[in-house]
Amino acid sequence: MAEETKTATPGAPSAEGQRPEGQRPEGQRSDGPRPEGQREGRFGPRGPRPGGGREGGRKYFRRKKVCKFCVEKIESINYKDVRLLSQFVAESGKIVPRRLTGVCTPHQRRLSVAIKQARNIALLPFAGRA
Amino acid sequence: MNRTYELMFIVRPDMADEDLDKLISTLESQVTTSGGTVKGVERMGKRRLAYTVRRFQDGMYILLTVEGSGALIHELERRLRVTEPVIKFLTVRIDEEQKRLDKIKQIRDARRKAAPAPATPEGGGETAAPATA
Repeated sequence: MAEETKTATPGAPSAEGQRPEGQRPEGQRSDGPRPEGQREGRFGPRGPRPGGGREGGRKYFRRKKVCKFCVEKIESINYKDVRLLSQFVAESGKIVPRRLTGVCTPHQRRLSVAIKQARNIALLPFAGRA
Repeated sequence: MNRTYELMFIVRPDMADEDLDKLISTLESQVTTSGGTVKGVERMGKRRLAYTVRRFQDGMYILLTVEGSGALIHELERRLRVTEPVIKFLTVRIDEEQKRLDKIKQIRDARRKAAPAPATPEGGGETAAPATA
């Protein structure tokens, strides 16, 4: 069982090796209590990110992300405010996840509702660039 | 039980202004006869659509703010659905959100009065407050 998981995930350790040293403790903490089966799934989507991400590289200093809405005290997240919403929509039309934008959970919830409303009334695209 | 709603709808871009005026006035009269009030009509003008709707690439956006019951909204939506030049519409209830915003604003104002000493961090809030209102 243990050998199987090792052979099945040859990419995972190497991806882990490319990580900057500063991130190590966090990774160890998160996968420590997890069973073997989940570990593979955990590294699948996470492995390529630091390398393929925006900053990448070995010496990569992660800036502390803060919620734009909390910092700028933007209270109303309205579907009509296309300029605001489009900052949180990827080129493909997808809603950018919280872990990339740093938006806090309550605001992300409102944001996603607003984006979906804006899509409905053709202010934002469902897919692709208009 | 009256609630505040926003009806945003898109009409086809080649619709004549008179027809649009007529459409809006019929909607308004429908609202008043059903015991509601029209709180505002805003023509947001012609805009490019984010995707094609009924083969149209752009459309005229109209925003109607209405106070009334759910039955009234139901009737308005039915009308919009059968009106041929209307290509898309969206109704959003806004009174609860507005209540929440007012509450936050109130708390912020109270806090500003209570503690005038830390004026510098509140300065950002002051500029942000009119934008949210």
